[in-house]
Amino acid sequence: MNVAPLPASAPERMDFDGLVANLQERFHCSVSTVDSGAIGAVLLRDLASLPPLCRFLFWEAGCPFGGLIVEERTRNWELHYLFLAPSTGWIEVVVELPLEVTSIPSISSEVHAADWHEREAEDLFGLQFEKHPRLGDFILHDQCWEENVAPFRKRFDIRQVNANRQRNADWRPLLVVRDPGAFAMPVGPVYEGGIGESVHFMLETVGEDVLRAVPRLFFNFRGVEKLAEGRSVAQTLLLSERFAAKSSIAHSLAFCSAVERICGAVVPQRATQVRVLLCELERLRHHAGTIAGICESTALTVSAAQAAIIEERLLRTSCRFTGHRYLFGLNTPGGLRRNFTGEECNDLLLATGEAVEQLHVLEERLSFTSSFLDRLEEVGVVNPASGRDLNLVGPVGRASGRCHDLRRECPYGSYDRYVFEPPRENEGDGYARLRVLFGEAYQSGNLIHQVIESLDAGPICAPCNTNHSGAALGWAEAPIGATIHWVRLDSSGTVERYRAITPSFNNWMGFHVAAENFAFQDFPIILATFGLSATECDR
Amino acid sequence: MSFWFWFGLRRGIQTTRYPRVLESEPGVSPGRPLATRFASFEEAQEAASQCPVDAILAHDALAEIELGRCIHCQRCHFDAARPLEWASDYEWTTIPAGNRSYQALPKAYRRSLHVIVVDAGDCGACLHEVKQLNNPLYNMHRLGIFFTPTPRAADVLLVVGPVSENMRVPLLKTYEAMPDPKRVLAVGACAISGGVFGRSSMSAGGVFSVLPVDLEVPGDPPPPLAVLHGLLTVTGRKMPTMKANDSVRST
Repeated sequence: MNVAPLPASAPERMDFDGLVANLQERFHCSVSTVDSGAIGAVLLRDLASLPPLCRFLFWEAGCPFGGLIVEERTRNWELHYLFLAPSTGWIEVVVELPLEVTSIPSISSEVHAADWHEREAEDLFGLQFEKHPRLGDFILHDQCWEENVAPFRKRFDIRQVNANRQRNADWRPLLVVRDPGAFAMPVGPVYEGGIGESVHFMLETVGEDVLRAVPRLFFNFRGVEKLAEGRSVAQTLLLSERFAAKSSIAHSLAFCSAVERICGAVVPQRATQVRVLLCELERLRHHAGTIAGICESTALTVSAAQAAIIEERLLRTSCRFTGHRYLFGLNTPGGLRRNFTGEECNDLLLATGEAVEQLHVLEERLSFTSSFLDRLEEVGVVNPASGRDLNLVGPVGRASGRCHDLRRECPYGSYDRYVFEPPRENEGDGYARLRVLFGEAYQSGNLIHQVIESLDAGPICAPCNTNHSGAALGWAEAPIGATIHWVRLDSSGTVERYRAITPSFNNWMGFHVAAENFAFQDFPIILATFGLSATECDR
Repeated sequence: MSFWFWFGLRRGIQTTRYPRVLESEPGVSPGRPLATRFASFEEAQEAASQCPVDAILAHDALAEIELGRCIHCQRCHFDAARPLEWASDYEWTTIPAGNRSYQALPKAYRRSLHVIVVDAGDCGACLHEVKQLNNPLYNMHRLGIFFTPTPRAADVLLVVGPVSENMRVPLLKTYEAMPDPKRVLAVGACAISGGVFGRSSMSAGGVFSVLPVDLEVPGDPPPPLAVLHGLLTVTGRKMPTMKANDSVRST
């Protein structure tokens, strides 16, 4: 495997004042304060300076890219490029354009992490990104949809069922490998023992080794962001919980905190603490499931079975504790829908403690099983340079030397009250990802313990009147990584724009780096160690 | 390496005794709302108005449930001034309203059933619950039920999700590639009625609008035992327990 050398020195992270001074000096634009949850917005008038500005923020100021939010307002386009400023918070680079303009300079060649975001905006809004290397056929698959649909434009009515769509049966995937004897092996969208999520891969190969495996996603695209438009906050909350069930608490929390920010609701202390509790319960369960998946992919059946037992027990614990195995229906703007007694909390503490103990035993055994380690070590390597380039988030990013964790970088809820240090590895291979998963699972158990030990009394929910107009960000560290939600409400509490930037979307973009030059039988292992969710990416 | 052998043995048998004995461990099922009789029509209507997906219908003083629409938000249970009764069972398999001629698969399939699962826009919950059937606590292999990745070997098409536009063709192709006799099982509120996603230009609003559905397993998501009950019903080893509410579905 070719490993690119590390950059000579990681860029120094500028402090916020240095950043503001630099922006003023070099780009003649100032950082204004906003009330959307970001610490500042840079209003950019000169489109030509957009790519260099983004380049400066990402590469020189060391601000990871958060995502691109496109909004169609009544008279103009509003584009928000989000960056996470060093130890302070989000910075928005705002570009406003008249609606007639549909061509914008692409920043992908400067900030690679923006690649998929721009492709998405092109597909859904019909915006053209100048000099973008590859647009078209992304979310709306070319074999199903005609060109120029732009379903996220306001003029498109998503409730209208278009049954007589012109299908392009001649569509063929783009193949890159041109070696003599090269062929492509299609995998998916129905595959993996019959119980996999819908993803399609083209494994391009010349025989034994796969040279390149690029995922084709969005089979599960349900247009959640567009469906939310015109719905009430309560209805959109149902969508935010149910578009990706394995991280439903994190997504609904991000949505709720955006709404709370718009409406100025103050969440009671107890509610913020119980939210931490639920987030960590979800993380623990998710990681136990991912570990089970990794064990299964290496065909170590006993360990897979034991990890699956731990996961199922945690699902049952969640159900006993909250009434739902996937923690649906708990978050609500202003707090939580139901309170928990001390007895219920102690029951949860016992159950999670037991799960953590069993995970410890499992990890110890796995670390002595050489046949298992052989299959994980140096498989699916993402070196720190690529991890940074592609802005990997969550456990996958942290296994490649990145230290970004919104719980620490941009604390929400009451995370700043608790002591924890996200585990971090530098190897970036499958085994590093497994170690990070185990480490985070233990830490979640520890956080649950800390929360229950110091749980405040008091109300669990404050009233939240949603009849406020405005827009705001909400964020949370989902089990797979950072999730950022943008909500705009009109004065009657109806959602005008909902945007969910999900960690799987980020990490699927980086998946192809790990899936280069590998043996066929390693493919399920690389896939399992990434632990990604297609449906969370697709929305 | 031999320690894995002993490690597995030492945990003992964890598998449920269902379907011989009903599983009663707390947490295996989130339960479901029950049709509840109130004192008056107004009270029943008040209970019905709680539901964000119109799964509750007031008939005089009786609040009836259309379980195929229920997304399990629990608002009629925890939030309501007049809560609905709640059952913690999981045998929910239903014959769809439009399907009058349901027949179980022939006897030969009773102890050898191959299932292909298609994720047609699912949120991951139903799919994950189906996947749980393979873990030692449920171990459906003991009942002769197996997942298969190929439609040519499949007897049952298990569909989760509201059928997103991009999955419509793969789903149809999977169905067409299956040999007869075959049955279609729609699992979860989304696969039955579109759930929170409904019918739009992005999703078909349920499997019934694309394929003939033989049995439905309601729930959001249905717990593993509910899915298992559905699979046992396909082979005639269990009977469908509920009838779909025709009057609600036709609206």
